Amino acid sequence: MRSGKDLELVTLTKRYGTTVAVDRINYVFENGSYVCLLGPSGCGKSTTLRMIAGHESVSDGSILLDGFDISHLPPAKRGTAMMFQNYALFPHLNVRDNVAFSLRMKGIDRPERHKAANEMLDLVHMTAFADRLPAQLSGGQQQRVALARALVTKPRVLLLDEPLSALDPFLRIKVRAELKRIQRELGITFLHVTHGQDEALALADEIVVMNNAVIEQAGPARSVWNTPRTEFVARFMGGHNVISLNGAKVALRADEVTLGEAGLLATVTSVEYQGAHVAMTSMTDAGEEVLALVPEEQFFQTPKNPGDAVRLAWDEGRVHRLQA
Amino acid sequence: MLKNRHIQGWLQASPLTLVLIGFLILPILTIVVVSFWRATEFSIIPDFSLENYEFLFGSSVTYKVFYATLKYAAITWALTLLIGFTVAYYLAFHIRSQTMQIALFLLCTIPFWTSNIIRMISWIPFLGRNGIANSALQSWGVIDQPLEWLLYSDFSVILAFVHLYTLFMVVPIFNTMTRIDHSLIEAARDNGASGFQTLRHVIVPLTKPGIMIGTIFVLTLVMGDFITVRFMSGSQKANVGRLISNDIALLQYPSAAATAVILLITVLIVIGILLRFVDIRKEL
Repeated sequence: MRSGKDLELVTLTKRYGTTVAVDRINYVFENGSYVCLLGPSGCGKSTTLRMIAGHESVSDGSILLDGFDISHLPPAKRGTAMMFQNYALFPHLNVRDNVAFSLRMKGIDRPERHKAANEMLDLVHMTAFADRLPAQLSGGQQQRVALARALVTKPRVLLLDEPLSALDPFLRIKVRAELKRIQRELGITFLHVTHGQDEALALADEIVVMNNAVIEQAGPARSVWNTPRTEFVARFMGGHNVISLNGAKVALRADEVTLGEAGLLATVTSVEYQGAHVAMTSMTDAGEEVLALVPEEQFFQTPKNPGDAVRLAWDEGRVHRLQA
Repeated sequence: MLKNRHIQGWLQASPLTLVLIGFLILPILTIVVVSFWRATEFSIIPDFSLENYEFLFGSSVTYKVFYATLKYAAITWALTLLIGFTVAYYLAFHIRSQTMQIALFLLCTIPFWTSNIIRMISWIPFLGRNGIANSALQSWGVIDQPLEWLLYSDFSVILAFVHLYTLFMVVPIFNTMTRIDHSLIEAARDNGASGFQTLRHVIVPLTKPGIMIGTIFVLTLVMGDFITVRFMSGSQKANVGRLISNDIALLQYPSAAATAVILLITVLIVIGILLRFVDIRKEL
């Protein structure tokens, strides 16, 4: 559903000398959606984000927002705001002044900018900490302040550069729910760079998987996970086995693999108890590794040990052919 | 056990304590004690008399000389800060590669491989009445007469001070600046700050501790100096250091000691005031 207000990348390219970091990518980010740019490190996702933010120059192509070419505008004039990986809060300013910084730069009076800052702090539940310095806050609190500071400029698109990577796993899950809530409340586009597929699946309306400077696959979270286009996507999204069947590569979800009387012969290499499931890795005769997530109760009815021979079976309809 | 640890702590602290007592506290105490002695043309008399201080505070020369010393310090401070900040800023934010940063930084220190006095004296043939500066300006037709104020003037004194002490400003400021996270500069830009606004609202506030340390270096060096003022002013200008050095030359140690005590107190007051504004503890 295109609305003309979308953020659009047109053959966007970034070159550093002879290295191509981002190679002619085209994409339309729908207005008001939560999009995750997902990929391994060095795939060009951060460079793409920084080009959209205006912190990295565009080598070729353009970035359109609202139908206007913003590729060569300064960061603050683009209608985007960035939340930095390490939050980049000004250590000498208290929380309120950090949030009000952009308004101060515009020359807005103190009472007015403090009012706007307080509203943003309210949104991220940080009002009680307004007079503290960043060093007196926990990682999660700093993250909220950074979010408030980015949002106070009323951006059309919020760019988040691995926003959860500095938090511990427990906090990460809490904060990502918070991010989703704020995005829904504000209704603006969130563009979130991450290398964690669970994070992307949990948050994104739409996932853009990048690899080697190009977009490997993009689409709604469920479709990317259920129908990976390439072997790379299948492996990177996790939960899939990539095996050769009848001369073609196919993806097979690990939780679709069952242990039966008939099927592909394999030798168990490791067994890991994971609570609800048991993750059993086995090696087929063709030398391909297959992971099976077997429901716990079912597994312990006929437990297997490394070295045991098993037969792997699955519903033929659940096998997904890969294009590359 | 507790007592043991107590003794251990004292033992560990004692070498530095002894060094400081022997080489800092005792000499200063000696100066303070001697400042209360009396002296005649041919003898020094241990005593407790305030006559050195009475003479010092009673003489208009003292005030003039202290004023001149503070003036040199203030002007030198302003110039070294301006130059030092600019150089440090350039090194820290415009030079991308760290190797290049270190190379250029070492380049700044090369003049320090020669002695202060030689660097100072080398200005004399340059600035003199028939020196390089005057003859060049004359040959370009900028001036008709040689400029008299180039040498043996406040100008030459301050020029030498700035030349000698700018590096003491560059080093601590550069040191503080390299610790500024570059993403803060990006964040400022993202928030719409212009280059100057970033400098004013982000870089300068974060560089304050370095500026303060450089300030302390420059102020104490300039206020305690006497040789630069003597050479570069051709003995025509005075500062407190020269007052003390003259007294010593005349063997008037008690009077010299009294002046030194007042100078020490002045410098400590100035630094005390400065430290009220900026917290440098995290830099040390």
